[in-house]
Amino acid sequence: MSARTASAKAGPVQETAKLPVFGRKKRKYHWKRMWPVYLMTVPGLIYMICNNYLPMFGIVIAFKKLNFAKGIFASPWCGLENFEFLFRSSTAFTIIRNTVLYNVVFIILGNVIAIAVAVLLNEIRSRRASKVYQSVILLPYLMSWVVASYLFYALLASDTGMINNFILEPLGLEPVNWYSEKQYWPVILTVVYIWKNVGYQMIIYLSSIVSISPEYYEAATIDGATKWQQIRKITLPLLKPTVITLLILAVGRIFASDFGLFYQVPRNSGALYETTQTIDVYVYNALMRQSDYGMSSAASVFQSVVGFVLVMVTNFIARKTNKESALF
Amino acid sequence: MKIKEKTAVQVIGHVVLIVLALAAVLPFLLMIVASFTDSDWATANGFSFFPGQWSLEAYEYIANQWQTIGQAYLMTFLVTIIGTALSLLVVCLFAYGVSHTNYPGMKLLNFLCVFTMLFNGGIVTSYYVWTNYFHIRDTFWALVLPNLLMSAFNVMLVKNYFKFSIPESLLEAARIDGAGEIRIFAKIVLPLSLPILATIGLMTAIAYWNDWTNGLYYLTDRGGSHLFTIQLVLNKINENINFLAQNASALGGGVDVSSLPATTARMAIAVVGILPILIAYPFFQRFFVKGIMLGGVKE
Repeated sequence: MSARTASAKAGPVQETAKLPVFGRKKRKYHWKRMWPVYLMTVPGLIYMICNNYLPMFGIVIAFKKLNFAKGIFASPWCGLENFEFLFRSSTAFTIIRNTVLYNVVFIILGNVIAIAVAVLLNEIRSRRASKVYQSVILLPYLMSWVVASYLFYALLASDTGMINNFILEPLGLEPVNWYSEKQYWPVILTVVYIWKNVGYQMIIYLSSIVSISPEYYEAATIDGATKWQQIRKITLPLLKPTVITLLILAVGRIFASDFGLFYQVPRNSGALYETTQTIDVYVYNALMRQSDYGMSSAASVFQSVVGFVLVMVTNFIARKTNKESALF
Repeated sequence: MKIKEKTAVQVIGHVVLIVLALAAVLPFLLMIVASFTDSDWATANGFSFFPGQWSLEAYEYIANQWQTIGQAYLMTFLVTIIGTALSLLVVCLFAYGVSHTNYPGMKLLNFLCVFTMLFNGGIVTSYYVWTNYFHIRDTFWALVLPNLLMSAFNVMLVKNYFKFSIPESLLEAARIDGAGEIRIFAKIVLPLSLPILATIGLMTAIAYWNDWTNGLYYLTDRGGSHLFTIQLVLNKINENINFLAQNASALGGGVDVSSLPATTARMAIAVVGILPILIAYPFFQRFFVKGIMLGGVKE
């Protein structure tokens, strides 16, 4: 404290000249003033080391035969044995196929529907109605996957579910055992995904539609363009940068899956695994149900490394084609 | 001709959006109606929007089980409040630090933070580190610390806000007046950052309220069930039912189903779990939408 008041006496101009904040002069740092700022970053730094960097170095676990008594780093190496086991099993193909295919469907359908809804919302003249629709469609996004599993259980349960009792039965159709018949799940999971996420994506698209200058539309109206022409020739082309950015992100995450969707909604039912199990669900089951560190770490490390490579590659391509749509 | 087209667009828009809005809320409505349905009627006829017999028995069950459910409620609030407060503290402090880009080393710190968004070690190694090095299993901190506490994305948002939305002249003036960095942070920067703090605070609070994966990984039934939040109680009920369903034939029907809440009571617990969010939603909806717009490129 005393040092600061002393230097303050030296006059404001000189004092500020010494500070790196304004300092265009030589690198002369005012450490007394700066150390509290460094101190402020310490909790965050410690947290990142514990939560992110230790686990990052921990990926060597996938190349080790884990011995709990010795810990990760002292356990013996086993080379690619864990990966060999994983990729020789038939599940490896299933979980990777499921993860990628669901993501492809989600990316395409999710974005198309979200853009359509955003365009419609933007056309609604009544501000108040538009706000109400927005809030209501966004509601599922606010709920946890556990709650979502209850909601869909009320619809799909084989004994008390509404679909079997009040839709299929009156139509004279046989009731379906939804939680043990796997062929329906690609459709169910896609519907649930869109139900929960369309509001979120719609808001993002709506915010970029709203920022389009109204002059374009005014000019188009004067020229006699129909609404449909305006959407096709103005709104959609101007949405392209947003779409591309979101696509890059989504492609970078194509090996990742929403654990909640694939674990909670099918209720982790073994009979459905062939069409519902993704890498994340497999990792959970292998780790927590079978305590199989070898297989689970191999799958999980495979996912993170491939994910990282994909993010870098897609961003690189984006940068080459259009600098603005690149993320970094 | 023009007017006709305009009305047509409006009508189509409203119809489609009403259908979508109904699709969004009807499952919730079904759950709420189901929780007020007589359980015997539901077992015999199934869940319906128009049950033949209404009943409050599911909520009587909750009242009787209040010790478990009330405890879970308390845990949910504690985790949400403590988690959000700690998260805001750590994020703001770190963001203020790295917003001083001209300090040596701050660029590196910022990079370390951004890099966590690009690459992670995966859940297996995280699980190993948290349980074997930090012994977090079956403690309160298992629900607060892993994953949720410091989002690199929130750090980025707050850092940019500090850098670009707070007038530099104000900070300069304070520095000339001899205020230290901590004083400037607490007295000038934070009060001026309330809009962004409200937004990311809300998003963090929702993430904590809805979280069930930390409990799934880090709380065991034997040692950690007293820490279960409402989401984890709901998840546990699911796990028990799934276990029964998958082992019913193996166990030969000799399973004690009576220990499980009736189907309608389960729906009531879920309703109780989402009730606070549903009630508060109209009030925080504005900030929620803003949070999504800010985080638009996050996922």
